[in-house]
Amino acid sequence: MTLLTVENLRVTFPTRRGPSEVVRGVTFTLGRERLGIVGESGSGKSQTGRAILGLTPPPGMIAADRLSFDGINLLNASRAEMRSLRGGRMSMVMQDPKFSLNPVMTIGSQIMEALKFHGHSSRSEKKARAIAMLEAVQIRDPERVFRAYPHELSGGMGQRAMIAMMLVTEPDLLIADEPTSALDVTVQIEVLRILDRLVADRGMGLIFISHDMRLVSSFCDRVLVMYAGRVVEELKASELSRAKHPYTQGLLNCLPKLDNDVRPLPTLNRDGAWAL
Amino acid sequence: MIDIRDLHVTFDGGVRAVRGVSFAVARGESYGIVGESGSGKSTVLRAICGLAPTSAGHLLIDGKELTSPRSPDFYRRVQMVFQDPYASLHPRHTVDRVLSEPLAIHGFTDHETRIERALTEVGLGPSFRFRYPHQLSGGQRQRVAVARALILEPQVLLLDEPTSALDASIQAEVLNLLDRLRTERGLTYVMVSHDLAVVAHMCDRLLVMQHGQAVEELTRDALRAHQATTPYTQQLLAASEGYKPAPVQ
Amino acid sequence: MTLSPETPALSPRREWLLSEQPASRRQARLGQVYRTWLTFRSNPLAMVGLVIILALILVAIFAPLLAPYNPIQGGDLRTERLLPPSWAHWMGTDDQGRDILSRVIHGSRLTLVVVILVAVIATPIGLAVGTTAGYFGGWVDAALMRLTDIFLAFPRLILALAFVAALGPGIENAIIAIAITSWPPYARLARAETLTIRGQDYINAIRLQGARSPRIIWGHVVPLCLPSVIIRVTLDMAGIILTAAGLGFLGLGAQPPMPEWGAMIATGRKYIVDQWWVATMPGLAIFAVSLGFNFLGDGLRDVLDPKARK
Repeated sequence: MTLLTVENLRVTFPTRRGPSEVVRGVTFTLGRERLGIVGESGSGKSQTGRAILGLTPPPGMIAADRLSFDGINLLNASRAEMRSLRGGRMSMVMQDPKFSLNPVMTIGSQIMEALKFHGHSSRSEKKARAIAMLEAVQIRDPERVFRAYPHELSGGMGQRAMIAMMLVTEPDLLIADEPTSALDVTVQIEVLRILDRLVADRGMGLIFISHDMRLVSSFCDRVLVMYAGRVVEELKASELSRAKHPYTQGLLNCLPKLDNDVRPLPTLNRDGAWAL
Repeated sequence: MIDIRDLHVTFDGGVRAVRGVSFAVARGESYGIVGESGSGKSTVLRAICGLAPTSAGHLLIDGKELTSPRSPDFYRRVQMVFQDPYASLHPRHTVDRVLSEPLAIHGFTDHETRIERALTEVGLGPSFRFRYPHQLSGGQRQRVAVARALILEPQVLLLDEPTSALDASIQAEVLNLLDRLRTERGLTYVMVSHDLAVVAHMCDRLLVMQHGQAVEELTRDALRAHQATTPYTQQLLAASEGYKPAPVQ
Repeated sequence: MTLSPETPALSPRREWLLSEQPASRRQARLGQVYRTWLTFRSNPLAMVGLVIILALILVAIFAPLLAPYNPIQGGDLRTERLLPPSWAHWMGTDDQGRDILSRVIHGSRLTLVVVILVAVIATPIGLAVGTTAGYFGGWVDAALMRLTDIFLAFPRLILALAFVAALGPGIENAIIAIAITSWPPYARLARAETLTIRGQDYINAIRLQGARSPRIIWGHVVPLCLPSVIIRVTLDMAGIILTAAGLGFLGLGAQPPMPEWGAMIATGRKYIVDQWWVATMPGLAIFAVSLGFNFLGDGLRDVLDPKARK
């Protein structure tokens, strides 16, 4: 079942030397699955995620042949419609919880704020949902975290609280932009487990944006590889080792590996033709 | 060459960042320190070069105890490359200025040739000489930082996560550069990283740190053979392989 | 990122200035200056400010040529006293029969001298105290900042009054008094900037090259504090001019018959009801110059302060 359809998505930013296109005709569909978008900095992967949610920072402009979420056309949705979709059925987790959580509000009140517009009347009911959500993201002492301020939490805890806040409205689509890059490897795996379970249990669609080939290939079902604003290759994560595009192959090969020693490491010879 | 004995670092306010770490690095060896954030791995490097206070223990280079503050001679022999190339270059200085400062401080006169040679060695070339940092990419900045560290021809290079802010393909280029420079110049490296694969690629031996303490010292071969003896190292090894759906508790 | 094909063609000189691969130290520096100028030029209010300040400087330089009459020597007191603005006297005449326009033009010299001297005295003091305190921290910081606090604790005009009272009235003493009372905010600003700069890795890096503190402070910290201090000084110029005028008005700054704008307003006060132009014309001059400095300062902030820029 298709949840999200993106056809020929373009994101343009005006610059002093004329418009600059950072996303150039991206097309894909998303079902209730884990889709990875990998690419290096400047590949347009984050701008793709933001454009879907209507979060392209001004003065950026988006254009697409089609951008629909569960039958709703996102291209001509009003600001208010987008806002209510974002707070409810679509959510986004950003890289660093420090910038996404309000530093002067407790975690609990921020989660309850997210519930405000979604038909949960009583305070106690909202609190119960918030606590349940914090438990669901494997926070051991949800009562304490509920009352805590963001600065009182470690990076991993903060990111989990952030995920709890984004998921408490039970979205159908979650866009996670480098959700674990600021975290230690051991914590990273735990956070991924939480996301994994949510996809499996709730049938959520997940777009996982990352620069980390190893992580994406082991976590996602399907992978889009982006380069210079375009999708250069789309393939099943399990078949990544059989990638055909030289860029994908290059990205995989240039990582140092624990078990075999290639010296010097193969580097990526960027071909101007890839960007065309 | 480098001998660290029972190093303790306590910051103002009582945070004990490093608690009793000891290791020794031979001349020409490449030594890695691995750990997660807050493990104190970067603090060890900063203590060696005097950017973090040593509250107890001994730091020896070539068998001689380091003085505090460090002597000018120390800076000729030990240099450091920082993690974030966006923060380690002065935003208003050209590459030329960045590279000529150390030469001026240590009284060199042949600036021209040394700067051009340093830029060529790190694979940039003289055309980059008069650019500002904002005219360089992340990888190019890190090459400038490497050139700055090498321009005084030190024997020891301290590398603090030199590639963690870079894209994977750029990381490979910078790692290759560091590898080549070490072979050519017979440098001694102490490299800190959170990435086991990077350390395994670059270093002959490594130390795993957690909560300011040394957990375990391993050789590259032992790491490759998964012969880690402590649960923490095993956990790190497992996590570095990527995501596994079945929870291993 | 890709650029669209319709990139406008650049003239060779612009090309050279905007090159991302400068070939010499000079080209790199000029390119940087040119980029700053391009940003500055795109701000119309800043350009208005710049034009006003340039006009002030030109008027001050060419005052003897521009002024139609002698600013000190008045005309016939019976026929040329307190004349309203006319073709002969564009701004009218004052109670001594002097042409107000000529006095305003010559007064621009005094204003410019005050502004330049205060900037030249107060800015380096503020920068030196602030960066030193911020860079070293500890007891150096505590001592220097308490000293700064002492100066900050007095209202500027009152402290200036005390200085002038002690040193005697006169424009030189007024300048010294204003300079001494205006550096503490710059010291605070420079210290705050230094505190964030000193922890940066590029400062650690230069320390690891073996650089000593004076080299680090002057070569690496000060250039980064300078823009925000310059912006602050420019924005404060209006206040400095007003303080100088205030001292003049109170009779403690420039002494009669010097054509100082504040002192001119003071004499005009007696005639404010019937001969409004005597006090208004120098007031307008003060207003225009203050406004010019404020516009200029705002424009500089947009250009120089990386934090205000997006």
